[in-house]
Amino acid sequence: MNRKILASPYIVWALGFIILPLLMIVYYGLTDGSGTFTLENVLAIADSVHYKAFGNSLLLALGSTVICLVIAYPLAYVLSQHEGKISNTIIMLFILPMWINFLLRVLAMQMLLSNTGIVNALLGFFGLPQQHIMYTKGAILIGMVYDYLPFMILPIYNVMSKIDKDVIEAAHDLGATVFVTFKKIIIPLSLPGVISGVTMVFIPSMSEFVVADILGGSKILLLGNVIEQEFNLSNNWNLGSGLSLVLMIFILISMAVMNRSNAEEGDTMLW
Amino acid sequence: MKKETKILDNLKRKKSLKKYCALALAVIGTVAAAAGCSGSAAGEDDNTLVIFNYGDYIERETIQMFEEETGIEVKYEEYITPEDMYTKYQSGGINYDLICTSDYMIERMIRDGEAQVIDTSQMEYMDNMDQKYMDFCKAFDPENQYAIPYFFGTVGILYNEKMVDEEVDSWSVLWNEKYKNQIIMENSVRDAFIVPLKWKGHSINTTDRQALLEAQSLLMEQKPLLAAYLVDETKDAMISGDAALSVIYSGDAVVAIEENEDLTYVVPKEGTNIWFDCWMIPKTARHKEAAEKFIDFMNRPDVAMMNFDYIWYGTPNKAVYEELDEESQQDPTVFPDDETMSKCEVYRYLGEEMDSFYSRLWKELKAY
Repeated sequence: MNRKILASPYIVWALGFIILPLLMIVYYGLTDGSGTFTLENVLAIADSVHYKAFGNSLLLALGSTVICLVIAYPLAYVLSQHEGKISNTIIMLFILPMWINFLLRVLAMQMLLSNTGIVNALLGFFGLPQQHIMYTKGAILIGMVYDYLPFMILPIYNVMSKIDKDVIEAAHDLGATVFVTFKKIIIPLSLPGVISGVTMVFIPSMSEFVVADILGGSKILLLGNVIEQEFNLSNNWNLGSGLSLVLMIFILISMAVMNRSNAEEGDTMLW
Repeated sequence: MKKETKILDNLKRKKSLKKYCALALAVIGTVAAAAGCSGSAAGEDDNTLVIFNYGDYIERETIQMFEEETGIEVKYEEYITPEDMYTKYQSGGINYDLICTSDYMIERMIRDGEAQVIDTSQMEYMDNMDQKYMDFCKAFDPENQYAIPYFFGTVGILYNEKMVDEEVDSWSVLWNEKYKNQIIMENSVRDAFIVPLKWKGHSINTTDRQALLEAQSLLMEQKPLLAAYLVDETKDAMISGDAALSVIYSGDAVVAIEENEDLTYVVPKEGTNIWFDCWMIPKTARHKEAAEKFIDFMNRPDVAMMNFDYIWYGTPNKAVYEELDEESQQDPTVFPDDETMSKCEVYRYLGEEMDSFYSRLWKELKAY
């Protein structure tokens, strides 16, 4: 009993800033302006504007998740195999940007990618053709990958560095090639890290709107933008909440699917 | 935030640069003024005047001059957005005697019964107010009873002479395929819609849904040519040469032109939105006469000139205008010519139903 008291600060926090807002979203999402029950705000996702925005969000979220995974997984593997000063430095380099405010990093990206920005200046210096990157889907993708990459690397690296070296040696002793060891030992054992990384990148990417505004020049409408507009501009909290509910349900379902495939491997989740 | 400002509150950004630069100053000013006012029990003292203005929106020396000449002690406080101002005003902690704010907020305060009729009969310099600007103000103050204009500005096109090789005088240039990926549009609903509406000869306050739908399809047609929809970042993009053409507030244009001499600002011949910041006396004023004295003092040619020199927005003061050299008088960034002005309009509040119609059109455009 006494120990439970220690959790009370968090419980107060969670009630005020997680449970209550969540209940409000559910309430607003399932009622209309006058407070009567309706499913209209949730079903509004079928509106062409909304499902197109949802499609854009999904596409960019999947894109950034895949790119993050492709960059992070081999790197985490290499780092976990060679512990020492260099790998510590590299890990540090990945964590370093996280010390800087997320918005500032996006604004810095703007400086790099704009037509007269640093990337194009460098390309020009080497006589290479100028690239029009800023205010495209590509720019949004680069911004998202830049922001979320550490969230992919760290969990995978954590899991991989905890894989017992004896297990790998045993595999080699029993005649497994490097490839087979990787396939049969490393991949299955690192899966919880991958799933945790994928979740930590996919979920924030799915509800992204600031990066789309700054690096996409507000030309590409994501579901996050629609929700933001409903709250700030149109003052339609009911519709904004309804669409937020749809997004939450979608994320819950995709997490459940991922959890399930992970549970079959008999591991526990990291997050 | 109350509903009536939901679209119009985007407009508050229009003089954003000065406002943001003055943020620190304004905060300090507010704290200082609040401390000062609490000491005197919300201005019980008869010989004081409590003024509330945008940040960095006056030449400070003129306040000292006023104090010296009249013996009235001025308590001066600053704010960032009209919404901040109104919230603070309504909280009632300080009885403001004189407020400077923007057209739509004045319309709202008149409607809410928070404005007092200003007695201009004792004012010596009221004649300096150019009637053509007073007529514009009738849009939000039909009898010119509640508001005396201080500065005004427009929404227009800023372009880079090195990147645009034709004469820019019409909104139509923003549909020229030659400038693909080099055009920046306003990222706020009504400011974006004035472009096609004015181009096709409609009022910016039109409630004709057909005209708005037509405007929307023009904006959709334009979207593939755009680099981006921006607000505050527009001037940075223009200064660095990232874009050739942009729709921008005249206040931001002045700053951009100072930084990059290749830039030129035009108010298109079809007309545009014109905005006004005015002095108004709120219901809570305890020193109405002193406030009227101050307004009159602001209109005095030498004082108005000092403020114009400091802020460099369009002044409605004839005496100041006549004193300027020809180049400044004809600077279209600050003073659009009469023919253009005759096609400029002040924003009106269109009602909740039109607001949601506008939001719908905007969302569809963004998703397009």
